[in-house]
Amino acid sequence: MSVDPATASGYTAHPQRMGFFTDTSVCIGCKACEVACKEWNAVPDDGMTFTGMSYDNTMSLSADTWRHVAFIEQPRPLGHQDPGVEGMDFRWLMASDVCKHCTHAACLDVCPTGSLFRTEFGTVVVQDDICNGCGYCVPACPYGVIGKRETTGVAAKCTLCYDRLGVGQEPACAKSCPTDSIQFGELDELRERAARRLEQMRAAGVDSARLYGHDPDDGVGGTGAFFLLLDEPEVYGLPPDPVVTTRDLPSMWRQAGIAAAVLLAGIAAATWGSRT
Amino acid sequence: MTMNLPGGLGSWPLLRQLVGPDRSGRGAAVRSARTDHLRARTADADRVVKSVCPYCAVGCAQNVYVKDERVVHIEGDPDSPVSRGRLCPKGAATLQLTTGESRLYQALYRPPGAADWQEIDLDTAMDMIADRVIATRRATWEWEQAGKRTARTMGIASLGGATLDNEENYLIKKLLTSLGVVQIENQARVCHSSTVVGLGTSFGRGGATTFLQDLQHSDCVIIQGSNFAEAHPVGFQWVMEAKARGAVIIHVDPRFTRTSALADLHVPIRAGSDVAFLGGIINHVLSNELYFREFVLAYTNAATILREDYRDSEDLDGLFSGFDPDHRHYSSETWQYEGMLTVAASGQRDQAYDSDYDEHVAGGSETHGAIGHSMEGTPRRDDTLTDPRCVLQVLKRHFARYTPELVERACGVPPELFERVCRHLTENSGPERTAEFVYAVGWTQHSDGSQFIRAACILQLLLGNMGRPGGGIQALRGHASIQGSSDIPTLFNLLPGYIPMPHAHRHETLNAFLMADAAHKGYWADMPNYLVSLLKAWWGSSARADNDFRFDWLPRLTGSHSTYDTVMAQLDGFCKGYFLLGENPAVGSANAKMQRLGMANLDWLVVRDFNLIESATWWKDGPEIETGELRTEDIGTEVFFLPAATHTEKSGSFTNTNRMLQWHHQAVEPAGDARSELWFMYHLGRIIREKLAGSTDPMDAPVLYLTWDYPVEGGQAEPVAEAVLAEINGWDEHGDPLPGYAALKADGSTSCGCWIYCGVYKDGVNQAARRKPAEEQNWIAAEWAWAWPDNRRLMYNRASARPDGSPWSERKKLVWWDAAQGRWTGYDVPDFDATKPPDYRPAPDALGTDALSGIDPFIMQADGKGWLFAPAGVVDGPLPVHYEPQDSPVRNPLHPDRQRNPARMLFPHEHNRANPSGDEPGAALYPYVVTTYRLTEHFTSGAMSRTVPYLAELQPEMFCEVSPELAAERGLVHGDWATIVTARNAIEARVLVTRRMPALHLDGKVVHQIGLPFHFGPNGLVTGDAANELSSITLDPNSHIQEVKAFSADIRPGRRPRGPGLTDLVRDQQRRAGVTEHTGMEI
Repeated sequence: MSVDPATASGYTAHPQRMGFFTDTSVCIGCKACEVACKEWNAVPDDGMTFTGMSYDNTMSLSADTWRHVAFIEQPRPLGHQDPGVEGMDFRWLMASDVCKHCTHAACLDVCPTGSLFRTEFGTVVVQDDICNGCGYCVPACPYGVIGKRETTGVAAKCTLCYDRLGVGQEPACAKSCPTDSIQFGELDELRERAARRLEQMRAAGVDSARLYGHDPDDGVGGTGAFFLLLDEPEVYGLPPDPVVTTRDLPSMWRQAGIAAAVLLAGIAAATWGSRT
Repeated sequence: MTMNLPGGLGSWPLLRQLVGPDRSGRGAAVRSARTDHLRARTADADRVVKSVCPYCAVGCAQNVYVKDERVVHIEGDPDSPVSRGRLCPKGAATLQLTTGESRLYQALYRPPGAADWQEIDLDTAMDMIADRVIATRRATWEWEQAGKRTARTMGIASLGGATLDNEENYLIKKLLTSLGVVQIENQARVCHSSTVVGLGTSFGRGGATTFLQDLQHSDCVIIQGSNFAEAHPVGFQWVMEAKARGAVIIHVDPRFTRTSALADLHVPIRAGSDVAFLGGIINHVLSNELYFREFVLAYTNAATILREDYRDSEDLDGLFSGFDPDHRHYSSETWQYEGMLTVAASGQRDQAYDSDYDEHVAGGSETHGAIGHSMEGTPRRDDTLTDPRCVLQVLKRHFARYTPELVERACGVPPELFERVCRHLTENSGPERTAEFVYAVGWTQHSDGSQFIRAACILQLLLGNMGRPGGGIQALRGHASIQGSSDIPTLFNLLPGYIPMPHAHRHETLNAFLMADAAHKGYWADMPNYLVSLLKAWWGSSARADNDFRFDWLPRLTGSHSTYDTVMAQLDGFCKGYFLLGENPAVGSANAKMQRLGMANLDWLVVRDFNLIESATWWKDGPEIETGELRTEDIGTEVFFLPAATHTEKSGSFTNTNRMLQWHHQAVEPAGDARSELWFMYHLGRIIREKLAGSTDPMDAPVLYLTWDYPVEGGQAEPVAEAVLAEINGWDEHGDPLPGYAALKADGSTSCGCWIYCGVYKDGVNQAARRKPAEEQNWIAAEWAWAWPDNRRLMYNRASARPDGSPWSERKKLVWWDAAQGRWTGYDVPDFDATKPPDYRPAPDALGTDALSGIDPFIMQADGKGWLFAPAGVVDGPLPVHYEPQDSPVRNPLHPDRQRNPARMLFPHEHNRANPSGDEPGAALYPYVVTTYRLTEHFTSGAMSRTVPYLAELQPEMFCEVSPELAAERGLVHGDWATIVTARNAIEARVLVTRRMPALHLDGKVVHQIGLPFHFGPNGLVTGDAANELSSITLDPNSHIQEVKAFSADIRPGRRPRGPGLTDLVRDQQRRAGVTEHTGMEI
């Protein structure tokens, strides 16, 4: 069942939920998104390390990388793509990853300070003036998105350019994307657009095309940033079946409460018993 | 402590959480005050300044946000019809490029022999540079050579301009020419000079024939010799648009790149074999009668009859008739049309020099880029196309051996795959459909690069894909204004607007130069108007009819003075002073070692750049210091480093890859000593003129009488760029701006700094600054900026209509004849005399534009036709022939005894040895094919990317790409190091083993290729050996472009030696391969 996270977070009148649809089938791996994001958000560079992992020298999302383009070289043809010669039945997948802005966001659930919060656009943002650097959010994220910045000691991740949204501008990554692989808009509209695109890709013979994160019934209640992928999510370093890590917290608390009550009752009984 | 009630209490998050709707405290209740007051700096900026990206030549529009006189943000301008607001990573990094920590703001000076820099006051530096220019000029002045006036200095050279504004290029060319400097060059030489020759001779103008947005109308896009998606990502959106509309996208490339990843078909090809591939398609089209007959008959020279004594390369085993083996050059006499004389671009013959030889060495081919060649007489035609001497039949015979089997043997492309390319291309050509070719330096940078482009021109003419929507040939250029630095050339062989520089042995007077006695046809006939107006722009009232408008004051050429000749002149000690203006030859030019050794032999060097590039610091930390070949204390070169201003710190125009001039406005003044090139050249000229004031020495007259009174503005006395643009546009005798080049006159009443740019300041309005949003216009977007010629966006568009003036098809209509109005009309500005009807036929004695008929769409050509066969203008043959690169492990399968282009330019030197090739002894020691290229994340020599952290981190080390098979053969380990060796030098690189580098099978032999990005060098945040340490100086004889896209090499695991061991390694390999000064020198 679809949940409107902004309403659930106390916004009575609020704009439509906004998000990203990243169509990796048109990504040219240029990394403009990585740079535009860093420029706008003043994110520092993430180290000058040669990885040898195809053209990916950023490796993963982190406190200092809020958009990350994965490069996957695969010995298999790309559907409608004509492989050319034998031995070149080959494809090079590229995909720009980003914070998913989950409907059920574990990072937000575990944040003890209120630094992580839900915006009126339904996105999840760190308030670095509040964050105390406890780091609970880091392991809570099922995608490994959020990190703690070494230099400042506070958590950092994609804000979906919250400040730009506030003045009616699209996020920097989507703005710069040369081929419109990163599309920004109202989530409902993006989901419809993505469904049409998927249909088109399948009709063109790209059987491996699939959507990822679009389903409101998945383990995180659907994501605000979702993707059209050309292979299994694991291939791109994405969890196949993400679950909000705080899903079991209520039942855990219930169990703990019962246990505590039983314990207290036992102690009381023992104390009362010893007096009698 | 004070309590702030009740408002303060209300802002207490806990209270908000308890009383508000956000009971869980994960949304509205926990917002901080800072979050509530967050505002985008785009909204808070004081002003938004319109600009253009300074990297490649797509010309993406930028919005520059300024707050408190500081640039705080740069992003794409969504109004642009080209970029639609998008930017690639480099464009997105321009804030860091322009405001980051890597920039220097202090002028520096290195005295002769000194171990380090010292700071210097900017004014002092300017004064010292002016003194050195004057002294070197005096010491090296040459009035004549062999009795002919030269009026020049060969002691000073300049390099750079493609990253600069048109106005800056104009001042560089103007001032240095007036000082008698002829060795003026820029990146256009090393990137696309062969484009000017190839496109210019074929169609009449040397620029890309179409514009990026029009790609969306193509039915088939063949990208070959270009890594479009990586090198021009934002332009690539139009390929994606075409693909979304159903177009077939084909990428022909040695590597599977990010372009291939998005293409429908990738065709792996051996680097350097493209003429064989294209020739194969031409043969397929001709032998299967698949050409667009009506188009070919009317619009090309297919029907024209050639001379009887013409001999094809197929008749003479790889040589055309007219070859002179002693000079390695051709006389083009036998290549002419029957009964006609096609006069070489610039004039009368001189008994002392063979005119073809002059043209050959002096880069005359490039002048064809805009003005074509003149002709006398009327060509004889055979409209049945059956005469054995008509061009079409000659073409058929010439390409008959370019069979699918030859394509496989030369290119490694299997016949079945080749057939698929032929099918896609031909099925998508014709009245209803169009196909487009896209290329870049993968075609231009070869020892026969001009012929690569010629081959594509022939093919597109045969298929009728010229002048039509979705057709044409898109030359992707790689610097923000490299088209502009060709148009307003900081090139030795050209004057503005592709007017040739005069030659000492041929052009003694203005009349001789203008060929006053010759009959001219086409727009070439108006050259006197253009040249006299240029001389008036430079020398004002002192240029009069009675003094030949000061034609004498132009220094003269005596041969090739290209940047590579300059390097030789530096090594020989003739060239003593050198300006580097935004160019980094120590990394970016072929044979980087020779570039540095040349500079080490200078008296003085001025480097203007954003930071200390390799060309500024080689004397203290260059590779030759490490090997011991040079010692800092022995190097007598004085070096000045002057920090340059960025595009946000100056106003001016860039000309993009499609001839479109876009104005960028100054956002802020540059800090510290940083200054624009406009400032530098203007004030250098001012100081020199002040120092020379009163001189009666005739050598000083050209600079003293130069019009050099530009208004200045601001605290730094920056020249007003728009005043320079106004001079480029030109004015009439009343000082009113001219509306277009048709208004130019040869009587001295008009002045114009560059005739093809005439109209850019029409009505006193800066047309290049026009920014009518794309959404308010058709896809042509004629009111966004301004393009030459005459704001036409798709050139030769008369060919989009049938000979009778009606569109070939509704689907592909663009420009057509409106009989009722009596004029050409359509979506684009007609590239044709607007009122010349389709049925107009010239009188036999007609001259100039009147000599062209109503069915002659190539109006710059003397015969109005697209040239399938080039009777003049291409010095190494009228038709393309497959030759092997200078260094190649493959024996030429087409002409086994003619391995290399016989007319290539060679520079024998101990540091420029060739590798043995083909079956020659020792060739096995350099068994692999190397190709060099760009990455999306970097820019040219890295000077504008390896210093920018956001870009540097994305590709942080030099690497080589090899196939798994090659890795196994040589024991190369992924992620480890490899050393690559040629007869010039050796470098090391990290190894990327990837299936994206296919091993090719040709002639029963497996050929492995090695990919090397050319961006790395020893300076900056990320470093590595430069690929150009390996390349040789071997040039295309037409354009003098170097061959860096294909050469041979050895590769071995491990790092290269340090110190003298490196030179030992290279020499040892040479010795074992038997390399001598004769290697690779044969005809």
